[in-house]
Amino acid sequence: MAAPAAELTKGGVLAAKFTRPPRSLWTDAWWQFRRHRLAMVALGVLGALVVFTLVGPLVYHTPIDTIDFLQSLKGPSADHLLGTDDLGRDLLARVMFGGRISIAVGITAVLLAITLGTTIGALAGFFSRLDNPLMRVTDLFLSLPGLPLLLVIIYLFRDSLRATFGPELGIFIMIVGVIGILGWMPVARLVRAQFLSLKQKEFVEAARSIGARDRRIIVRHILPNVLSPVLVAATIGVGGAILTESTLSFLGLGFPPDVPTWGRILFDARNYLDIAPHWAIFPGLAIFLTVLSINFIGDGLRDALDPRKTN
Amino acid sequence: MGRYILRRLLIAIPTIIVISFVVYAILALAPTDPLSAFGADPRVPPEVRANIRHQLGLDDPWPVRYVKWVSSLAEGDFGISFMSHSSVMDLIKQRLPNTLAVVGVAYVIGVLLAIPIGMISAVRRYSVFDHVATTFAFVGFSVPTFFTGILLIIVFAINLRWFPFIYDSTLVIDDVPSFLQQVKQSIMPITVLALFDTATIARYTRAEMLEHLPLDYVRTARSKGLKEQVVVLRHVLRNSLIPVVTLVALGVPTVFGGAIVTEQIFRVPGIGELLVTAIGNGDTPVVTAILLIFAVLVVLFNLIADVMYAVLDPRIKYA
Repeated sequence: MAAPAAELTKGGVLAAKFTRPPRSLWTDAWWQFRRHRLAMVALGVLGALVVFTLVGPLVYHTPIDTIDFLQSLKGPSADHLLGTDDLGRDLLARVMFGGRISIAVGITAVLLAITLGTTIGALAGFFSRLDNPLMRVTDLFLSLPGLPLLLVIIYLFRDSLRATFGPELGIFIMIVGVIGILGWMPVARLVRAQFLSLKQKEFVEAARSIGARDRRIIVRHILPNVLSPVLVAATIGVGGAILTESTLSFLGLGFPPDVPTWGRILFDARNYLDIAPHWAIFPGLAIFLTVLSINFIGDGLRDALDPRKTN
Repeated sequence: MGRYILRRLLIAIPTIIVISFVVYAILALAPTDPLSAFGADPRVPPEVRANIRHQLGLDDPWPVRYVKWVSSLAEGDFGISFMSHSSVMDLIKQRLPNTLAVVGVAYVIGVLLAIPIGMISAVRRYSVFDHVATTFAFVGFSVPTFFTGILLIIVFAINLRWFPFIYDSTLVIDDVPSFLQQVKQSIMPITVLALFDTATIARYTRAEMLEHLPLDYVRTARSKGLKEQVVVLRHVLRNSLIPVVTLVALGVPTVFGGAIVTEQIFRVPGIGELLVTAIGNGDTPVVTAILLIFAVLVVLFNLIADVMYAVLDPRIKYA
């Protein structure tokens, strides 16, 4: 901390310069996080990507579904900055629109997985009676063959969900649902392990001795202490969920063709790699950059929130 | 030790049974009719359709079908494919070598590359090598395999024309040129898979080595005057590899799952490709069989990982 010393020689009031506003756990973590250079760059890249998908369509008015065969499979040009697909639709507009869906799927699916995982992990860790049965269920879910089962479930239930909720919302609910339901197990294990050790701590005993009920102890006392590893898992989970969604779409089992998610655009592009490589490269780069920056941010968060590393 | 393995086996068996039940139930209870593709054909009169359903044994309530399916499974019979009318077992036997040739080789290469990379990264922490390896690892598990595959195809198959971009499974390897041909056509799918495997395992090896390097026994070894090479290879690496070996075992089923995508990109006619096609055709017997195989692989390699952990680490008490 060189700044206060410099101030000292200039100014006169000593005490005021040395008092800092009180630092919370989160400001501390932020200070720590800022020192992770790659994570900061990643945060910038991710922020730019989010702005690109959210604000982009407000500025760039080309519709995603205008078909123009005269312009089909054209490379990047002034009219179509990222080129066009086989029906002459503008790729920039489609990539921006697709990003909204991919990111929304990633975040929603992880929220579902985190909620499920934290609830199950907290219950298993706190109530010894529930521990064994809940962990058996967790192990069972971990033994399910992930991707193959996802493919089958989506194939089987796609039509009925589509009929109930409409083609877009139905598929969205289903994809988010299956990614969430097949993804909560690591979080549950993590939360359970933390609960097992934390519930023995003095502060829990103190809370209990002043008459706090189980529910309050779980939610107000133990849960906040579990938050940081869960946050790290959630961050990295968003990247994983985006990858899973694009994999499903790439296998043709994701969103319908008129909803251009990143994976879906790649799926459509894969038969035209020789004449229109740009069609595959731009959405692929978008997925890659998003997931890469999320992973770096997760890494930075892990370092920042790890109490052993603070200095 | 023997009792521990036995106990783990006894837990694995009910797990497999429950999973087979779950898989069967999902397929049986799904609102999609397994005969939908066929049933939608207006030329098929209803009585013929009913007849086919009866012949395929689809009239029975599904728990009855489950029991029948399991009992024929016990005799090694996976049933008959709806689409190709050949035995599911034969279909799988036909596809498995292709998957193993690509996925298996990629995984072995991945492991062989990852361990040294992870080790050097840990020993020379924050060196140029470590930074390059770390960046490479992050790229490796952030780039979706289908995008790596597509990039490789664009660069090496389309622009440079070095490798063919469709995998020819009819190729018979009986001389040197045909072997070279096989190598050429496998390079891209293997690279795609190996990149991902190497990244994950190298990262993990590095983390494990870093946990061990500051420990007391390492200092003891150094103060005995052992050469740094001996300290790293004999002491640190051996101890760090225990969890890595477990991770490698646990990763095997995931690798089979990941191969679904790679087989799709490079048109490798393997198990994953069979599954995706069968799903598209509503070919329930094939889908159920492959899902069950994947589930058994997961349980089996979990078991192998646990047993290996116990064998490799004498500190673990197997009660």
